[in-house]
Amino acid sequence: MAEMVKKATRESYGMALSQLGDEFPQIVVLDADLAEATKTGIFKKKYPERFVDCGIAESNMIGVAAGLATCGKIPFATSFAMFATGRAFEQVRNSVCYPHLNVKVVGTHAGISVGEDGATHQCLEDIALMRSLPGMTVISPSDHYETLAAVRAAAEHNGPVYLRLSRLAVESFNNSDDYRFELGKGVTLRNGGDVTIVATGLMVSRALEAAKLLEQKGIDARVINIHTIKPIDRELILKAAKETGKIVTVEEHNVIGGLGDAAAAVLSEEYPIPLRKIGVNDQFGHSGPAADLLEQFGLCVSHIAEETEKFLK
Amino acid sequence: MDTKLKKQLEIAACKIRLGAVEGVYHAKSGHPGGSLSAADIFSYLYFQELRVNPKNPKEPDRDRFVLSKGHTCPGLYAALALKGYFAEDELKKLRQIGAMLQGHPDMKGTPGIDMSTGSLGQGISAACGMALAGKMDRKDYRVYALLGDGELEEGQVWEASMFAGHHSLDNLCLIVDINGLQIDGPTAEVAGPEPIDEKFRAFGFDVQGIDGHDLDAIEKAFEHAKTVKGKPSVILAKTVKGKGVSYMENKAGWHGKAPNDEEYAVAVRELKQALAGLEAE
Repeated sequence: MAEMVKKATRESYGMALSQLGDEFPQIVVLDADLAEATKTGIFKKKYPERFVDCGIAESNMIGVAAGLATCGKIPFATSFAMFATGRAFEQVRNSVCYPHLNVKVVGTHAGISVGEDGATHQCLEDIALMRSLPGMTVISPSDHYETLAAVRAAAEHNGPVYLRLSRLAVESFNNSDDYRFELGKGVTLRNGGDVTIVATGLMVSRALEAAKLLEQKGIDARVINIHTIKPIDRELILKAAKETGKIVTVEEHNVIGGLGDAAAAVLSEEYPIPLRKIGVNDQFGHSGPAADLLEQFGLCVSHIAEETEKFLK
Repeated sequence: MDTKLKKQLEIAACKIRLGAVEGVYHAKSGHPGGSLSAADIFSYLYFQELRVNPKNPKEPDRDRFVLSKGHTCPGLYAALALKGYFAEDELKKLRQIGAMLQGHPDMKGTPGIDMSTGSLGQGISAACGMALAGKMDRKDYRVYALLGDGELEEGQVWEASMFAGHHSLDNLCLIVDINGLQIDGPTAEVAGPEPIDEKFRAFGFDVQGIDGHDLDAIEKAFEHAKTVKGKPSVILAKTVKGKGVSYMENKAGWHGKAPNDEEYAVAVRELKQALAGLEAE
């Protein structure tokens, strides 16, 4: 059993990169003047000659990453999720995904848990943007250990990847010795027969806590961690739908275009059952401490449990 | 320039113009104006400057070429076909369903294309990435990117230029095809990218201005660019949009329009006459 740690996934990302540097000499890390915040600075310290600060010019950074990839490099182009996937969307589409280049687009500070910086920096659309691109793999890890595994999987995967990371520290729960990360495969963290809560990223640990609250009320909730939003684990979601009859999705993202819609698409095509999406309801965030914002926007343990309970009635 | 070489390059340029017109005509759409203005540059690049091998298009140590002004690919395709990357027949299938030659360059489907481009301003960034990779790996290949003067209106061009200057990418050589016209009219009237030389100089480039149809000048500029150390190069090539087809010359309307049957016949006649003249000399 690995040690329990409380870390932001952005920090785990920086650590993972520096651990993989020797094994993957083709890895090059790009940042846009945010190395301290995105934690690519950890890699920079160890491999200064393979770190490129592109300055505050995200569109160019993605293009440079594409050019590096055509020459055999594995670029990890990093910025806040808002800028990496929003500002540079068309560069990700046309310079990376259309030629299917081996570029890893990494967006840290995703979701409203960015906190005090407020709405301009709280990206709630990145999953929707990135999963709409042909050939793009979208990963949203839930804790330190999963992030370490996800960065390795991204480096090993030949093709474009979007990695969604957070600013807020989260307690690890994927520490068991039999933990395995497989791209495109969801993980059932808790078995249950009454309802399934499907969560991603920071929301996974909260979904687990919510399931404990529900248990006290006699509700047996299954919890599935979808760390790979694209390609999504259709089989696991359909199995849960058939066995529990109802699905709740939880994500720190707009309810439009994210995990909830990805799961809904699978269900409506193959096994339509009622689904309830918990996320940010098509609105912008605002400034405030991360924990308060998550509570205010209903992305807290009590609200997930309440909504699930209501949904079952 | 050696007269024999010059003749060969002039002939190649003429064939590239013919191929570009043929492609656009058969496609019934596409961009002849900027393909023709850049034809002499394509000719020099593919038949004199670039260290490339059409039999092994992905050779790791080859020079790279990025057509940042991707819409003028009919000219590039004609050059690639002439160089032997693929059969000239492909030009007639340009832009058609199932064809290899897409409306804008597709590196996955077309041999000889080093980067997929078409959305303006993006190719130059990729070229910077290729040049940086060359520096990191201590390779001596060079990276060339052709931009349009209208394209300079894209902000990303200047993000990339700042990057190239900052990283002293002296293995990067940009060429700007300054034909003075964009879809909506003269560049000076639409958005005014001038003064182009001062802008690139300010971003740390070695800047040369030439007549983009004068092969002697083109040769001198590329030879000088190779001697520049510690900074990227840009060759500002003043050209005539639609060069070589009388009724297309200096007409913004021929930016992105295909000739009809009659116009096609005139263009082919003019270019074939020019070719015959060159071959007879």
